[in-house]
Amino acid sequence: MSGGDLQARLLAPSRWRKWEIALWAAIWVTPFAVPQHAALINEIAILALFAVSLDIVLGYAGIVSLGHAAFFGSGAYAAALFAKHVMPDPLVGLVVGTVVGALLGVTTSPMIVRGTDLTRLMVTMGVALVLLELANKFDNVTGGADGLQGVVIGPLLGMFEFDLGARTASFYSLTVLFLVFLVLRRVVHSPFGVSLQALRDNRLRLSSLGMSIQGRLAVAYTLGAAVAGAAGALLAQTTGFASLDGLDFHRSADVMLALVIGGAGWLWGGLAGAIAFKVMHDVISAFTPQYWTFWIGLFLVILMLVGREKLFSPRTWFKNGGAK
Amino acid sequence: MTDVVLQTRSLVKRFGGITATQDVTLAITRGARHALIGPNGAGKTTLINQLTGVLDPTSGRIELEGRDITDLAPHKRVALGLVRTFQINQLFSTLTPAQSLTLAVSNRREAAGRWWLPLGSDAGIVAEVEQLLVQFRLQDHADRVTRELPYGKRRLLEIALAVALKPRVLLLDEPAAGVPAAERQDILDTVAALPADVSVVLIEHDMDLVFTFATRITVLVNGAMLTEGTPAEIAASDEVRAVYLGSSLAGTRHASTEAEHG
Repeated sequence: MSGGDLQARLLAPSRWRKWEIALWAAIWVTPFAVPQHAALINEIAILALFAVSLDIVLGYAGIVSLGHAAFFGSGAYAAALFAKHVMPDPLVGLVVGTVVGALLGVTTSPMIVRGTDLTRLMVTMGVALVLLELANKFDNVTGGADGLQGVVIGPLLGMFEFDLGARTASFYSLTVLFLVFLVLRRVVHSPFGVSLQALRDNRLRLSSLGMSIQGRLAVAYTLGAAVAGAAGALLAQTTGFASLDGLDFHRSADVMLALVIGGAGWLWGGLAGAIAFKVMHDVISAFTPQYWTFWIGLFLVILMLVGREKLFSPRTWFKNGGAK
Repeated sequence: MTDVVLQTRSLVKRFGGITATQDVTLAITRGARHALIGPNGAGKTTLINQLTGVLDPTSGRIELEGRDITDLAPHKRVALGLVRTFQINQLFSTLTPAQSLTLAVSNRREAAGRWWLPLGSDAGIVAEVEQLLVQFRLQDHADRVTRELPYGKRRLLEIALAVALKPRVLLLDEPAAGVPAAERQDILDTVAALPADVSVVLIEHDMDLVFTFATRITVLVNGAMLTEGTPAEIAASDEVRAVYLGSSLAGTRHASTEAEHG
């Protein structure tokens, strides 16, 4: 058994699978194939990016958060205010939104590295509520309940105007999602990324190996916050609007729903969940606009009770049913 | 040979009204094979937890190579070379032994914070992991997820993870606990083959293992040090025999001893 052999086996999980390449190819085909749905594609890409950011926090670092919208909404306001008062360039605005998300993550991370899951759940929710009320109160800056109006975003790269059909928006958001996915895919297979998985498995052992738990939680939380800020910035830029809705509790809950549907703890979970969530929303509300949450709630209950693997492999429905 | 690596000074730990560690002053010398024995509830694991920083002592100091580490965070003590294994396996259930060991070796080489190159891209680290897998007889199980390994192999991984950190002081908390007879020899062999310059503190109930392995034995009873000596001295001690006999009698005549104490 040679060293090269073991190295190849250790590196195997970080290699791109054929189905991953195929899926990304399929995703890239959609804005060309169905340009009439560009707005939906844009929404899905943004939700997917937001869900992936929660996946880093919840799926990889195991930090339960019901206030992830704090970073999303802050990124959205930051990008919108930057465009309105400083400069309209979308890429610079995107960086601003990301940095604001990251800074907010760094400053709030000391509150989530200690305590229990319930502590984290309440602290994250509390931070989002505080920010929501601050945005509501300082309406001279944020526009309060009316939202921030009159945000004009310049053309992307100085060439592509954001059109009403959202074609530019869909390519913009998909590109950002794709690039973030590439980077995060590297990160989760790096020693740091694997140590996050180890942290979720057994904290006691990780610190017994000499690694700082709190340091790792803080870094993962900040990384998730930065990506959430980017997602918020994308929404503000592609809609030309930022509002209290970006900080609202339902946004934290929706993204958690999307991630849980797709599966936390692997990067594709955020993407799959965002697609499933938005498409379900679209399809169900087409025939029952008022009661779509009934169906999504029912689906969630079944998913949780039956389990994802079993639900999506019908062959197992009857096989194990009698035996166990 | 007599230089002290790990030293506790008047260590006391109280949980409410219970004193779990009572004025323990213990010196572990370089390269020691030191066993810590005592009946159930003697406070052996509580003592280990204070040494590693999981529990804070109520009073007293702990020194590692002359440096006071009493207030140091657990992971920082590990960086100084104080490493432990656990009585109950503490493993990464969804990682493979190869991944777990690569993580441990990476951390020792200060490469665990790397976030761009994938785990396993450093050939030097991989070569060391390969060696550990052979040393701990895990090479045929290297790529199975840890939770699917047989218990004996998980026990070996538990020790291998600690050894991967190249400790100066290694605390082994009942390494052979619960291991089936067929796999026991693997544990005994790997423990016996630990590098001579590593100071090993062994907590064990298995007297065969204690007396074949240790060159020095400390007996703890009710959180306090009863006596310390060479295996021959301990084996000949009436005090020790009384404690072990007493506790085994207490085990069989539990009800009556309870009545006496009540």
